[in-house]
Amino acid sequence: MQVYLPIAETSVNAFTLLGVGGGVGVLSGMFGVGGGFLITPLLFFIGVPPAIAVATGVNQVVASSISGVLAHLKRKTVDLRMGMVLLIGGLIGSIIGIWFFNLMQRLGQIDLIVQLSYVIFLGIIGALMFQEALRALMRAKDPNARRRKLHVHTWVHNLPMKMKFRASGLYISVFPPLVVGIGVGILAAVMGVGGGFILVPAMIYLLGMPTKVVIGTSLFQVTFVAAFTTMMHAVTNQSVDVLLALFLIIGGVVGAQIGTRVGLKLGAEQLRILLALLVLSVAGKIAFDLLWTPAELYSVTVPRQF
Amino acid sequence: MRALVLLLMLFAALPLRAEEVVAGLSQDRVSLTVNFEGSEILIFGAIRREAPLPEDSTLDVAVAIEGPPMPAIIWRKARRAGIWVNTERQDVRAAPSFYAVASTAPLRDILSPEADLTHRISPRLAIFEARGTVDVHDPAAFTEALIRIREREGLYQQLDGAVDLQRDTLFSTRITLPKQIVEGRYDARIFLLREGEVIDEFETFIDVRKAVFERWLFNLAYEQPFIYGFMALAIAVFFGWGASALFRFVRS
Repeated sequence: MQVYLPIAETSVNAFTLLGVGGGVGVLSGMFGVGGGFLITPLLFFIGVPPAIAVATGVNQVVASSISGVLAHLKRKTVDLRMGMVLLIGGLIGSIIGIWFFNLMQRLGQIDLIVQLSYVIFLGIIGALMFQEALRALMRAKDPNARRRKLHVHTWVHNLPMKMKFRASGLYISVFPPLVVGIGVGILAAVMGVGGGFILVPAMIYLLGMPTKVVIGTSLFQVTFVAAFTTMMHAVTNQSVDVLLALFLIIGGVVGAQIGTRVGLKLGAEQLRILLALLVLSVAGKIAFDLLWTPAELYSVTVPRQF
Repeated sequence: MRALVLLLMLFAALPLRAEEVVAGLSQDRVSLTVNFEGSEILIFGAIRREAPLPEDSTLDVAVAIEGPPMPAIIWRKARRAGIWVNTERQDVRAAPSFYAVASTAPLRDILSPEADLTHRISPRLAIFEARGTVDVHDPAAFTEALIRIREREGLYQQLDGAVDLQRDTLFSTRITLPKQIVEGRYDARIFLLREGEVIDEFETFIDVRKAVFERWLFNLAYEQPFIYGFMALAIAVFFGWGASALFRFVRS
């Protein structure tokens, strides 16, 4: 069954869309990742224009993280103060990202920018996940392995304008969380992702936040930044397709429930390696498309009226 | 005197009107609904004759359907630092978003270049490059690429021999509008050809519109982007939160 997408102005198979949403939903339920970084490139592969894939992907992120953030707020595992600082950074970053996105679209380079950022970020994240999962697998086999220090003092903690973050038990400068927030906001606008995959490691390793508030706080920031970015895309370049989003969201929420159930039954470490390999292969596919001599050197874009 | 002029005019007009084409379409409205997968249009018609059938030349029919013209930018990639990047562009002031020509025989055999130029029948002549922006040394390669790309997508079609002409009187052909067509007025022109010249022409059109719901969504996105954005967010919140609430309820 084909569905006509009124904003993308083309038809896509409904089951493909539900499959993409559902498949990524299962993965996100299993690993607790948002999945935006997989949905957007998969949409490229099935022929959705990159601008629409990015803007609609970020709308889907809102749906996949909203119930998580509500649950964490109820359990009080959100550092609201830290969340607000990250959020302010995120909104600034989103505005910068949207400006950059629209500029690149006018210059005809948006596809390249989006693809390049995916190759770089998915490549790095995939490699880190792979390494982390391998290490965890080794540690599980060797009970005498040394544990890492939980909290490390770095130069980050010596910057001015210090602020108390009670829930995290931190007294640090506002600049590092602000800068992290800005970075994540830019990624959300340009790549159509929530940015949790950058935010979570940054919060743990760079800011030194305790793990119990990391997930909730990152979901808090991601949800609001994604909502704001969706709005910005809708207003500045009309590239959010609600019908496309609807299919992805329905597939995604159902998939996430299945994924959570499956994730509890299976061994997490082996699965993490699989996820890392999947992320690496998506990055590899996009890199291949950029490096390999294309069959068609020309492409046509139709400038949007209005 | 006046009567003589009238008579002369009538004589002058007669050979032109000796053969006349009348045609119809299987549908003159196409609605882009949620499950739109493309649409096949049947174009049929007949040739009316006042005089006996001329023996010395063959009769040919060409059918052209042209979608709304739109500006376009054609990009060419080149390798920069190992990766393929869009480097050169050629702007097109107007190119039909859809263009199909069906004919009884290959166009170059039945249509003289002059007649083609006057009536703009072959796809190449329907594309207007923007002047003043030309800074590439081979603009023709870009225009050819536009035709090639759109042919691959089924947006441009040259269907030689696709018109079925029976006993020099009845003709019919089928043209497929693919799923990516845009909204607007699609002009259908039917040409009667003899010895490379157009001897008669018939024009009609197909109205392609988004269906009510799709139209509403599209207008909302462009005219009320804030409301549209809030709607997109409301859907995300409703399904995102609603689904997990539902699953919790089912489990307990």
